[in-house]
Amino acid sequence: MSRMKAFPLASLAPNEVGIVQYLAGGRGLTSRLAPLGFTPGARVSMVQNFGRGPIIVMIRGTRIALGRGEAQKILVTPVAEGGE
Amino acid sequence: MPEHVITVALAGQPNVGKSTLFNLLTGLNQHVGNWPGKTIERKTGTCHFDGHTLEVVDLPGTYSLTANSLEERIARDYIIKEKPDVVVAMVNAASLERNLYLVAELLPLPVPVIVALNMVDVAESEGMKVEPHVLEAALGVPVVPMVATKGRGVKLLLEEIDRLVEGEVDYLPHRPQIREDHLEVVEGIESLVNPYVPDPYPRRWVALKLLEGDAEITEMMRERMKEDTWQKVHAILHQHEDGVVAVASGRYDWIARMIRAALIRPKVGQISLTHRLDRWATHPFWGLLILLGIVGFIFWLTYAVGAPLQEWLDIVVVGGAADLANAALSGAPDWLTSLVVDGIIGGVGTVLTFLPILIIFFASFGFVEDVGYMARAAYVVDRFMHLMGLHGKSFLPLFLGFGCNVPSVMGARIVESPRARLLTILLAPLMPCTARMAVLAFLTPIFFGTAAPLVSWGMVGLSLVVLALSGILFHKVLFRGERVAFIMELPLYHIPDWRTIGLLILQRSKAFLARAGTIILVVSVIIWALSALPTGDIETSFLATIGHLLEPVGRLMGQNWRMMVALLASFVAKENSIATLGVLFSAGEEEAQLGTILSQTLTPAAALAFLVVQMLFIPCVATVATVKQETDSWRWTGFSVAYLLIISLLGGILAYQMAGFVG
Repeated sequence: MSRMKAFPLASLAPNEVGIVQYLAGGRGLTSRLAPLGFTPGARVSMVQNFGRGPIIVMIRGTRIALGRGEAQKILVTPVAEGGE
Repeated sequence: MPEHVITVALAGQPNVGKSTLFNLLTGLNQHVGNWPGKTIERKTGTCHFDGHTLEVVDLPGTYSLTANSLEERIARDYIIKEKPDVVVAMVNAASLERNLYLVAELLPLPVPVIVALNMVDVAESEGMKVEPHVLEAALGVPVVPMVATKGRGVKLLLEEIDRLVEGEVDYLPHRPQIREDHLEVVEGIESLVNPYVPDPYPRRWVALKLLEGDAEITEMMRERMKEDTWQKVHAILHQHEDGVVAVASGRYDWIARMIRAALIRPKVGQISLTHRLDRWATHPFWGLLILLGIVGFIFWLTYAVGAPLQEWLDIVVVGGAADLANAALSGAPDWLTSLVVDGIIGGVGTVLTFLPILIIFFASFGFVEDVGYMARAAYVVDRFMHLMGLHGKSFLPLFLGFGCNVPSVMGARIVESPRARLLTILLAPLMPCTARMAVLAFLTPIFFGTAAPLVSWGMVGLSLVVLALSGILFHKVLFRGERVAFIMELPLYHIPDWRTIGLLILQRSKAFLARAGTIILVVSVIIWALSALPTGDIETSFLATIGHLLEPVGRLMGQNWRMMVALLASFVAKENSIATLGVLFSAGEEEAQLGTILSQTLTPAAALAFLVVQMLFIPCVATVATVKQETDSWRWTGFSVAYLLIISLLGGILAYQMAGFVG
């Protein structure tokens, strides 16, 4: 779980999977994201990302739409498709 | 033997089918009100089963029980302070992991929980399978599989409630434990706060909420504790600022253990229905096209089916009632006949004819909402809403404004940030509602003949452009470009539940009728009195005096005093401007006559100006009252009214002068 490799969720391409490392958004955003399942170690897969505008991710079996700004503050490390 | 009433609270995250279950249990025995002192809807109802009476309370849909939102505060306050006999935690089987988060928060509270595992059919269609008995064994609480939309599992649920309340089953829940690395911290906080925790609150729970940084509990404990002890607690909390993440992770670890054996996930590579539909519905281009198509279709339906019905009601019911009243009051004094026919029937009756249009709109809206589409619409327009400092969620209440601005202002509640909610409320009155569309539909053919549809669409477009520009202006000037977080669940698509949609229509219609019977009735009578007093002749009435006072402003827009009075009357209800013109030109309600007179007295430029003002003018009384209720501020209500007044008059003057210039 090295922090060196972590990058923003917003830069995952569709169908890519990441593991949440930490939330960099301050207390307000964190306390909304954590109960939705964005906690360290959670698998998150990108459903839709057109490079601008909001994105859709799949986390803990639910589709969540996020603003790009919010998705910049969730830091993830990559996982190969299908791997755990 | 006195009848034993069992209190049942329904808890669940949004989109789990909670209202469907509530409607199934209570049918028409429902009471819709507000939570004390709050603007959040409170639904209660009764249900009879096996000799018991159940009092069912529908708690607001919440993702967790932390004081992030008003809904979450209401839900947990109710459970902790009112202590219902049973909490039915409804979870969506198709999204089990996320839905059990609320259950993880409910179990530590001192009230027994039954899990209603809903949408097992949706889960199966998405390739998932949940074993209720395995889940029940893991959780240690009753789990009832259900398909609420088909009424499956309801009887079983009632039996479980019965058994639990009668003490026929042991209630031994496996509560989530605090993670090892934070157990010491929580225990430390707990021992410090222990003597100060007020009565219904569980001590361990308060300690946990403090660690989570819950604003309400923090405030409560800070006020109750001695300064030096609080400082000690504060120091611990400061050291563990990531508490909220640790606590949430702990709950998800617990959930993972609970579902390990109970949930069979879809095979890798299996593509679900929702996924396939979303390829189109959330696409930046096709999604927008689909949204426009749906909006267009709702409009078409509203006007193709609703407008003829409205006309029919106007002729048969309102006209009939007026004839009846005239006949019944033939011996009565003239003023009384005039009050009943012109004042009450003319005012309230005309407003009532809009019911079919509203019903069609509520039905269409309820349908797209219930199948799960609305979140997609919000997602698709999000990038445009950002220009106004809003995000996609604000689109939902604004869209409601096409039907009526009142539900639109109330709907702004779903927007989390108070600032964005206020902005949404300020913009909502600029949505062209059905009443304004009716005025457009009446006046445009008179002045513009074959170009009427073009002018009508132009006016709708103008309203939307002014709305967008106002949004950008407010965002930049009033709120200085502060930005808001967009986080929204996209629920799975599912078959709509007709009962839920039907009850929604019924409740909205009832609220509309109640308004027509109260506020609109009162103001109709006041306007009538102003037009009849003191001489009985409208030309010398108080209303005329007011109209003459406004004439200088009117002249800039090519309007005479009668048109100004009509505008003023539209404050009661937008469609009143037609009724008022009818009275003022003493042409009765017959459209052809009024039309002829109007086209002779007004130039097309003046008519255009009148329509512009009408579209952008002060919202109707009902909307203003709702703005006051929702903002809880006379200042913002006053600002809203003043802003729209200035914008509409400027717009009218500009339109008249430019149209005159162009010819």
